[in-house]
Amino acid sequence: MVRLQAKHPRAIRWMHWINFPVLSIMLWSGLLIYWANDPYAIRMGGVELFKFFPTGFYSFFNLEHGLATGMAYHFLFMWFFAINGLLYVLYTAISGEWRHLLPHWRTPADAFQVVLHDLYIRKEPLPAAKFNGAQRLAYTGVILMGAGSVLTGLAIYKPAQLWWLTAGFGGYEWARLWHFALTIGYVLFFIVHIAQVAKAGWNNFRAMVTGYELTPVEESIHA
Amino acid sequence: MPEKPNLTGAEAERAMARMSRRGFVLGAVAALAGVGGMTWLRFTGQEGGLPWPLRRVLQFNESLAQATFSPERLSPTFPEDRIAVPPRINGGIGMVAKLDPAAWTLRVEQPDKPAREFTLDGLNGLARVDMVSEFKCIEGWSQIVQWGGVRLLDFLVQHKLGTRDGQAPDLKHAPNNLYKYVYMQTPDAGYYVGLDMPSALHSQTLLCDTINGQPLPSDHGAPLRLVIPIKYGIKNIKRIGLIRFQDERPADYWAERRYDWYAGL
Repeated sequence: MVRLQAKHPRAIRWMHWINFPVLSIMLWSGLLIYWANDPYAIRMGGVELFKFFPTGFYSFFNLEHGLATGMAYHFLFMWFFAINGLLYVLYTAISGEWRHLLPHWRTPADAFQVVLHDLYIRKEPLPAAKFNGAQRLAYTGVILMGAGSVLTGLAIYKPAQLWWLTAGFGGYEWARLWHFALTIGYVLFFIVHIAQVAKAGWNNFRAMVTGYELTPVEESIHA
Repeated sequence: MPEKPNLTGAEAERAMARMSRRGFVLGAVAALAGVGGMTWLRFTGQEGGLPWPLRRVLQFNESLAQATFSPERLSPTFPEDRIAVPPRINGGIGMVAKLDPAAWTLRVEQPDKPAREFTLDGLNGLARVDMVSEFKCIEGWSQIVQWGGVRLLDFLVQHKLGTRDGQAPDLKHAPNNLYKYVYMQTPDAGYYVGLDMPSALHSQTLLCDTINGQPLPSDHGAPLRLVIPIKYGIKNIKRIGLIRFQDERPADYWAERRYDWYAGL
């Protein structure tokens, strides 16, 4: 026996799905911009482990010679990204959804149990909740990252008029590095997010489209 | 929400099937509309090499930047030990031909007024300014450079340029007396920039003849170049040959090649 249970409010579903193409376009146009000056790499003891990015990466995704185009798209879609993010924060704050999303004092311990569970170390099922501890951390963290992207973006967009903001990030070049690092963060978030959604299954994914989940109920209650 | 959440069993399954159909069809339609919109955006009519909606948004962002622009907010300056050596050479457009410094003049044109010609003597008597600022290339790199020269504002005040009535410019008290824009080009007209007047009159906008304490080399724009740290490097025109004041928005080399006309920082 199953029961129809409301899960995600309509506003959150829309904002979630709108963010996907918007962030994708920001990522693409950001890479067009980054290509024009791509100094970042992971180095250890003077040895370059990974360069952002190998030449083949740019040519494969057709990211070369597009600085001006990238800036034009970036400075259009930044509005959608920022407004959508702001509406999301306002909605969760006003609707009370934040209660499911913000970490509380038990969250770190819960999140640790989720990690143990996902690594098949913890055998018992996790306690039932709309969002577990790891999700609370991830979904709150990604919103903070979004705010960070807007702020570091502004810091490199208007480093003279907003000099105090740029200074707060350690100057123009540091602000650009933070802005880039956050982008890498989204990609890592996306990979884990997709893996977890695949693992959680169809019922969970469908809830982000319909808003509802089918949850099992014990027959006796409805007998 | 259209469905009652307390449905169970087959009823719940049917309601879910109905909602899924609706949701996924709506999602597919929205995705198609998005792809269609992006395709239209990419191939629609162009202005300055950019699809016109993107150009309009750049202009909208510019109007916001202009409305909130404050001349008191400065591009950061740095101690001399942060100066990058040697200063990077980037771009020689408009400086292909050799220049005879002795024959060089700076021409200034204004509507309805005779043109004027200046040599470097035109800077005599103006306060020398020494500025260590961060040069920001639109490509994304930046470099701390020491510039020496005079404020463009001081030059215009001294020679009473840029105003309709031929008096000294005063952005604060007589903004309408100023022409709206400044156009500058190299002697061969190969490179040219357009500037809004408030940016041109900013206290950090300099006419420079030295770099890192040395006379400006040809590669860096001798005999006289513009340094405007509240704009990207593309506006810092080297080897200025002509300054023209006008009310129409001036042509700009890189704005004709897909870049933002304003390029303000």
